Amino acid sequence: MEATEIKYQKHLAKDYKSENAVRWCPGCGDYAILTCLHKALAELNLEPHDTAVISGIGCSSRLPYYMNTYGFHSIHGRATAIATGVKVANPALSVWVATGDGDSLAIGGNHFIHAIRRNVDINIILFNNKIYGLTKGQYSPTSSRGFVSKSSPYGTIEDPFRPAELCFGARGTFFARAIDVDMKNQVEVMVEAARHKGTSVIEVLQNCVIFNDGIHNKISDRSWKADNTVTLKQGEKMLYGKENDKGIVLDGWNLKGVTIGEDGYTLDDVLVHDATTRDNTLHLKLALMESTDGLPVALGVIRNVDEPSYERDYEKQIEEAQKNAPRKSFTEFLLKSSNVWEVK
Amino acid sequence: MPTNLVVTDIKQVTIRFSGDSGDGMQLSGTLFSTLSAIFGNEIATFPDFPAEIRAPQGSLHGVSGFQVRIGAKDVYNSGDKTDVLVAMNPAALKVNAQHLKKGSIVLYDTDSFQKKDLDKAQFTTPDPFAELNLDHIQPIGVAITSMTKSSLEGSGLENKEMLRSKNMFALGIVCWLFNRPLEIADKLLEQKFSRKPKLVDANIKALTDGYNYGNNIHLTASTYRIDPIESGKGFYTDVNGNTATAYGLIAAAEKAGVQLFLGSYPITPATDILQELVKRKDFGVKALQMEDEIAGITSSLGASFAGCLAATSTSGPGLALKSEALGLAVMTELPLVVIDVQRSGPSTGMPTKSEQTDLNQALYGRNGESPLVVIAAASPTDCFETAFESSRLALEHMTPVILLTDGYIANGSSAWKIPDMRDYPDIKPPYVQNHFNGDAGEWKPFLRDEKTLVRYWGIPGTPNYMHRIGGLEKDQFTGVISSNPENHQQMVNIRKQKIQNIAGFIPEQELTGDKDADTLIVGWGGTYGHLLEATLRILADGKKIAFTHFRYISPLPKNSYNLLKNFKRVIVAEQNNGQFADYLSSEFPDLKNIRKFNRVEGQPFKVSELIEEFTKTMEGK
Repeated sequence: MEATEIKYQKHLAKDYKSENAVRWCPGCGDYAILTCLHKALAELNLEPHDTAVISGIGCSSRLPYYMNTYGFHSIHGRATAIATGVKVANPALSVWVATGDGDSLAIGGNHFIHAIRRNVDINIILFNNKIYGLTKGQYSPTSSRGFVSKSSPYGTIEDPFRPAELCFGARGTFFARAIDVDMKNQVEVMVEAARHKGTSVIEVLQNCVIFNDGIHNKISDRSWKADNTVTLKQGEKMLYGKENDKGIVLDGWNLKGVTIGEDGYTLDDVLVHDATTRDNTLHLKLALMESTDGLPVALGVIRNVDEPSYERDYEKQIEEAQKNAPRKSFTEFLLKSSNVWEVK
Repeated sequence: MPTNLVVTDIKQVTIRFSGDSGDGMQLSGTLFSTLSAIFGNEIATFPDFPAEIRAPQGSLHGVSGFQVRIGAKDVYNSGDKTDVLVAMNPAALKVNAQHLKKGSIVLYDTDSFQKKDLDKAQFTTPDPFAELNLDHIQPIGVAITSMTKSSLEGSGLENKEMLRSKNMFALGIVCWLFNRPLEIADKLLEQKFSRKPKLVDANIKALTDGYNYGNNIHLTASTYRIDPIESGKGFYTDVNGNTATAYGLIAAAEKAGVQLFLGSYPITPATDILQELVKRKDFGVKALQMEDEIAGITSSLGASFAGCLAATSTSGPGLALKSEALGLAVMTELPLVVIDVQRSGPSTGMPTKSEQTDLNQALYGRNGESPLVVIAAASPTDCFETAFESSRLALEHMTPVILLTDGYIANGSSAWKIPDMRDYPDIKPPYVQNHFNGDAGEWKPFLRDEKTLVRYWGIPGTPNYMHRIGGLEKDQFTGVISSNPENHQQMVNIRKQKIQNIAGFIPEQELTGDKDADTLIVGWGGTYGHLLEATLRILADGKKIAFTHFRYISPLPKNSYNLLKNFKRVIVAEQNNGQFADYLSSEFPDLKNIRKFNRVEGQPFKVSELIEEFTKTMEGK
């Protein structure tokens, strides 16, 4: 008989909800993300007072106001650097960053990649709606080439960042993707992100109902979602499709979407997902799958690798230094330093 | 060999060690000043080095100098002109020729004054002294390079390694000249090269041989004795301004019982603060080298939010990058210490040269009405006091504080009596759980102490006080974001008044000299030593003059206006185009007695010039 996990939930989702009235546009994808975060924190049994949510600037960054936790709504692009300070200062806190594609990949790009490189244990929720919403409709670093917006009336002539590529380029240890409307998957990846010790990046494909409505429709709309996305689960075959009859296989060095039973492909050919391999080559390939290449967009936890986290190593160094040199008062320290002489 | 050596007692002497960037002049200078301090002299040092790490050998722009002034007492600065110049090459002679006093000794290395060396320094004749019109000095040529080599023959060192010790040979000669006991120098060298015993031996040998050489041939007709000071009893060490700044933060964190956090990014001349604090893991200090200046301050602000004494260290260009985050610290009313070790600007300017040109940036360099505390350190050891004060005010008044030091005092060092921390006040941050008397549910993040207007500090991890802060304007009562016009006006006023109220928690401004004089000299920051000496010398000349030096700039001490208005003339002397003078005029618009004395050369004031200019102004010329 399998052991049943007995779970005692101290808090309900509503305990993480602040009394402030939520002020996003009606129909905005941000509502779902907020609700999922409330649920995820409840599932994680985190104390609201041990949780800090840090944000930058933009629609997404209003999120801390709606959390009954400690919250810091800061300045454009800097949330990851602030969060780094919070986490290193007090590693016992659960630290979350709410940020957007402009906030973290344009003005805050430097802090974003360096936080990931350091692997400080913070959870970054990246709201990717491929547009600047709060400034009313300019293209963002994730907008596709040719995208027409108020600041690109002739279409952009630049290629977008793909967040996973940046994350892996910065040696990221955790990357997950979710769609705003898919709340079950979203809560799951948030919980996984929190449990991962190191920087976690969750890219949420989020709809801006006013300035970029339907940008993710091909994958978020119910009629296409099953065929155009695959939800990856650790240790499970990469199956998708309305009938769950499609799978991801390796074709030479490339990934390929196939239908089982067609073209000689069997279930045995379908890849099994392993998010924990140190080599990120396959994770990157999975993260970059697009429907234009005949592949489903990957959702779920794509990479989840255990590496030393910055704040833990910092604590270790302090412990070691104090073990070798027992703590003294400041005056004692000076008296024992070199070049001390006495005037009698 | 002459035997009738005269030992002359003198009060003070200024010595400059000068040579190529790679000649080890900073080390010779540091050792000489430290051993003089240990010997019991007052010291003031001025490392003057180029921005280039290793400029072409023998070139004029590669000259690195270390000036040290030692004395029995009253050493307030590193001195204008030199009594002794050690010139390791012709470029060093040329660069420093203008700073030589009449009759000064120039000790030079004859081995490196050959034709090719003279060419590199752009001399056109074989006699560099004549070419520079140096007929008023005593040149002493010593074959330093070749004698160092023969001194270290058989030491097992490579030729190149032996040559590195020529700075020690030169130092040995200087030690003989000033009757410095070599035992102290030996001990310092043992500490310095503790991991390389071979180098300890070689350096001590070269030093001793240099000393003996001076002694045996009696290089000069007299040597000099500078008596030890009769300073207060106690333990002393020598410290430069950057180290003292780092120490001030450590001491304040200890007094407040909080974790010290530094987020920083390397920048000349502030990097030493970061480098000192990363060493102090034995104190549990968390010092992070971040990816840029902005991450330096924002990680600090995050740490402040999380309950640390948080600081960031930088210089002018870095402060410019930190402006937006400083505004956030003002808006969120979080404690933060920002150290700006000023250097010449604008832009990259002259990174290794010192100036006081960031005052306006510190006072006004942010968007919106953005008041904060500005403090300036007066000397290397005062960096400790002001870093402590900055921390105290930041933590107790929940505000960012900018501490202005400068390259001159940051790199300069002096003897420092090790403080007894029992003499310093406890620091008591306004933790919400200690101060807010009432139902935690009723507490809002911008409720304040009625008298000081300081808000309470609710730190993540504390039950029942969860709250949100941020850069948006908040309602003064509920703490909820608000763009109500009356509320904004009131919040602007409250933030200003909160800083003004700090005037009640800092000492009053003091006066030196003759309070009945017509003329008051006003200074701030790292020019203290020069201004004090100029004042004392004018007083000693029988003239009436007074001097006041500001450490607290925003807010100003309460008695500032009354103090300034009593004088017929107020000469504000600063290393910028009059930023503090303009600030005083704007704070006290009815003062009509303010005059300016300004130099923006990237070099310390010259006391002789100050005396001349002040005297002229006093005499109405």
